[in-house]
Amino acid sequence: MIKPMVTSQPKPSWVIFSQNKGAMIGLVVLLLILLMALIGPWIAPYDPAHQFNSKVLIPPIWDSAGDFQYFLGTDDLGRDMLSRLLYGARLSLQLTFVVVLIAALVGVVIGAAAAFINPTLRSLLMRIMDLLLSFPSLLLAIAIVAIIGPGLPNAIYAVIIVLIPQFVRITQSSISEELNKDYVMAAKLDGAKRLRLLTHHVWPNIVPALIVQLTFSFSTALLDIAALGFLGLGAQPPMAEWGTMLSESRAFIQFAPWTMTLPGLAIFMTVLSINLVGDGVRDALDPRLNR
Amino acid sequence: MFATLLKQLSTLVISLLGLTVLTFILSLQSETPVHQFQSDHVVVQYFEYLQFLLNGDWGTSSIHKRSVLKDFLQHFPATIELIVFAMVLAVTAGLGLGILASTRRGGWLDNTLMTSSLVGYSMPIFWWGMLLVLLFSLTLGWTPVAGRIDFAYDIEPYTRFMLIDTLLHHNQYGFAAFLNALHHLILPAVTLSTIPMAIVARMTRSSLLAVLKSEYIRTARSKGISKQRIIWVHALRNALQPILTIGGVQISIIMSGVIITEYIFAWPGIGKWLLEAVSRRDFATIQGGVLALSIIVIAFNLALDFIGIYLNPRLRRPS
Repeated sequence: MIKPMVTSQPKPSWVIFSQNKGAMIGLVVLLLILLMALIGPWIAPYDPAHQFNSKVLIPPIWDSAGDFQYFLGTDDLGRDMLSRLLYGARLSLQLTFVVVLIAALVGVVIGAAAAFINPTLRSLLMRIMDLLLSFPSLLLAIAIVAIIGPGLPNAIYAVIIVLIPQFVRITQSSISEELNKDYVMAAKLDGAKRLRLLTHHVWPNIVPALIVQLTFSFSTALLDIAALGFLGLGAQPPMAEWGTMLSESRAFIQFAPWTMTLPGLAIFMTVLSINLVGDGVRDALDPRLNR
Repeated sequence: MFATLLKQLSTLVISLLGLTVLTFILSLQSETPVHQFQSDHVVVQYFEYLQFLLNGDWGTSSIHKRSVLKDFLQHFPATIELIVFAMVLAVTAGLGLGILASTRRGGWLDNTLMTSSLVGYSMPIFWWGMLLVLLFSLTLGWTPVAGRIDFAYDIEPYTRFMLIDTLLHHNQYGFAAFLNALHHLILPAVTLSTIPMAIVARMTRSSLLAVLKSEYIRTARSKGISKQRIIWVHALRNALQPILTIGGVQISIIMSGVIITEYIFAWPGIGKWLLEAVSRRDFATIQGGVLALSIIVIAFNLALDFIGIYLNPRLRRPS
């Protein structure tokens, strides 16, 4: 069969993505971190909560006082930093996934419903979403945690609530935009019902915008969970959570800087790689948003 | 213009209603009631609550028995001082770097600046603050670790803005106290300004690049107007619009950031005050603090909208 000659075929998204150097580096780092989180319990040398009482505040091996038994050193209670970081990766990434997925699900459902309800109600709902969006996320999370009490589960509810409005907004606005286009009118004239219109015609066209939002929500969620842990409102010690580890290290920055630099570096690298991937995904999926 | 105004006003009313419902729920959590209500019905109580707020009675702290509103006003100047200093830093440096990057598009300077802005944007502020303390305070010894001023200076809080109060004590300490206060302010302000600076730089660059492609810029160029003049006079005014829009997001980032920054540097402002209240479950204070901070955010957003309308006449007519 002879294929028709197409001179200006648009490049597939993954080709655009793979040509983006920063995004590829981000993706590799992110996959490495994910791998660490997945196999963490098997490669971690020790139990993250075990306290080696005689081995308190041992520096990492690149320090002359380092000990090869404790690759990244130990913290103030003699717990192995490497093991805690690995378990922390597992915990932080798991939480982030759960938080973002729930927020996305709830947000998309509300947003899709909002696109079809009556305009007055919609405009009221969207005002409320805008209000929540303009609200400082940490302040909102603090208020929520204050009502339902500190601790990891409650901090998670707070972060979910903080993330939902973004998904509502983007779903509603992209659906509304698509509904005004000619192809939707054509489908309507063809007799398509509302639900079919949404699932078969509009949905494929709003997925790119949602994926972009989803990627950036991962970094927001990770940062917010860690921030709440750092402020003592999220995960509580002795849990091996990156933000909580940072918070515990505050008293020892001067004598044991590695207890602060390492968990922070873990958070930073993860967020940076997610943002790099997010930039790449955005450029690849939505040429209009190109820098 | 009138319709736009009306829309703004309705947004304001909805915001304030939503906010006061939240803080009303917060105030109900307190073991010792924040306000004495006459009615037993919760809806009526809410309106009584609004009445109390309007009369300036924001409740009394269950821990140290002080008026919440008064407490807030005492802590607020420290926060404002920090925010203003950080914002000035973020906006001037961010605009400057963004303009610089856009004029050297694709060059090494542009790439370096944009990479560092991505790094700055991804930086967890709580870690960044601690890194700066480790480097500049503990290792190099250039800046103080925490607080607003050395204990050696006995500063009467006239305005509670340390920079102003130290200047008012000029007779006593000369400029030494002022410089000491400034010295204390630098590191927290740098911490707080990093993320907004990165965002402003990125926004300025992309917004300027978009505007520089437009027809009227080409016309200006063909008339032989200098590159500097095109950027500063012709392009920047239009490029500022999206930067202002992102400004609303900025204030919420700054507000979240200032809470963390105050916590790291033991800065005696609203953030530290609020966090202490949360850990002691002092709901009168939490309720008042959340309310006050949110009103500031709402007012700021409203002001930004009006500046936007002023700068861009097209927005005066609602679409």
